[in-house]
Amino acid sequence: MKKILLIEDESALQRSLGDTFREGGFEVLSALDGEIGERLAKSEKPDLIILDLTLPKKNGFEVFQSLKDNEKTRDIPVVVLTNLERIEHVEKVLEMGAKTYLVKSNYTLKEILEKINQVLASQSQYPVGHSTE
Amino acid sequence: MLDSLNPISSCKKYGVSPWQCPQFLFVVMGIVTIFAITIIYFLAVLRIGNPTIVSLLVLLVAGFLLIMNFVITNSFERMAEASKLKSEFIHIVSHQLRAPLTNIKFSLDFLVSTRMVQTKEQQEEYFNVIQENSIRMGNLIDNLLTVAQIESSSFPLSKVEVSLEGIAQKLVQKFKFFALASNIKLMIFSADHSLQVLADPLWVEQVMENLLDNAIKYTKGGGEVIIKIYQKKRKVFYEVQDNGVGIPKEEQNFIFEKFFRSDNSFKKQTGGTGLGLHIAKKIIEKMGGEIEFSSKENKGSIFWFSLPIK
Repeated sequence: MKKILLIEDESALQRSLGDTFREGGFEVLSALDGEIGERLAKSEKPDLIILDLTLPKKNGFEVFQSLKDNEKTRDIPVVVLTNLERIEHVEKVLEMGAKTYLVKSNYTLKEILEKINQVLASQSQYPVGHSTE
Repeated sequence: MLDSLNPISSCKKYGVSPWQCPQFLFVVMGIVTIFAITIIYFLAVLRIGNPTIVSLLVLLVAGFLLIMNFVITNSFERMAEASKLKSEFIHIVSHQLRAPLTNIKFSLDFLVSTRMVQTKEQQEEYFNVIQENSIRMGNLIDNLLTVAQIESSSFPLSKVEVSLEGIAQKLVQKFKFFALASNIKLMIFSADHSLQVLADPLWVEQVMENLLDNAIKYTKGGGEVIIKIYQKKRKVFYEVQDNGVGIPKEEQNFIFEKFFRSDNSFKKQTGGTGLGLHIAKKIIEKMGGEIEFSSKENKGSIFWFSLPIK
């Protein structure tokens, strides 16, 4: 079972996204702040990281940079899921190597799950995660 | 330094067209001034001939044009600055509104989805999320309207005799159960029961409630929150002391700024709209008082305000 690390400080979103991913066939690890997220990424080596940008303790950009600087976590695909949509934020994280940038309020849970499956499928030649249809 | 002299790069900062950009206008007005002074000089030489009168006239015109220049570019600079702040503000507000909106949207998404098996407990949790976040959105809108009201010149403030202790006792009753549920000891001390201030009772209550609410929210179970009301010189003080999480030193300078908590550094704390303390400071200042705090991370905070005694 593929592991997804969800770094998101809104507990309500941890619940709805977590339930959706679990239903989609993933194991979900939760981190409510940047520091915990970074620690879990290093210790658990998830298959994919969902990263919010506004986070307590360590913001998303800092977490992302430190993941990229660490050999163990450098290659884990990162999907940025946030409510910020300034072009400079999008450019910055895509430049840093994010697989995709999703503005939360523009997507449904189902669409987010589909995007995650697409990213993971493009990572390996075999698509992973269950279809949700 | 050199960059600030470059009108093109300075104009980019405001994101407006050159004709609305103060730096560009300054250069244009400078050229117009030199041109106008030269014409005045030649006209004066041709018509008047007296060198003293000519130079006085040219000086007079030059002075007038310089003052005009200053006034025009200055007002444009203020307008450009205000428009930049406004778009920044809209950006932050929309982000603030989106957070609870997303929570509601995703919860509804889950509840209407037929794909997922839902237990009754799960459904209840999602309904709670929807309820909490609609309240959060409502609070944010209320606070935004208050900020707009405070910033307008027609902010309605009455000045009547108010007993801070009376309001504090009422608030203690209101927060008693909240404190009890969080295992926090809530105490009130007042040296003189007759102390009264001149203030708007509704607004002053809102500020007092905000300070007390913050203190309880940021104090862990087993902690204590103490309210003190006392007089010093010609002022009455309302003080809320807690032994909670405190405020990190690097954040203390920004604590009264609009939306500080939410976004300035992409770091956010729990809940709240980031407007409460900003509103509190503005209201207390409008009533002729002062608001301050001292805090140590992991030790606790003391917030207090003072208002002139009746």
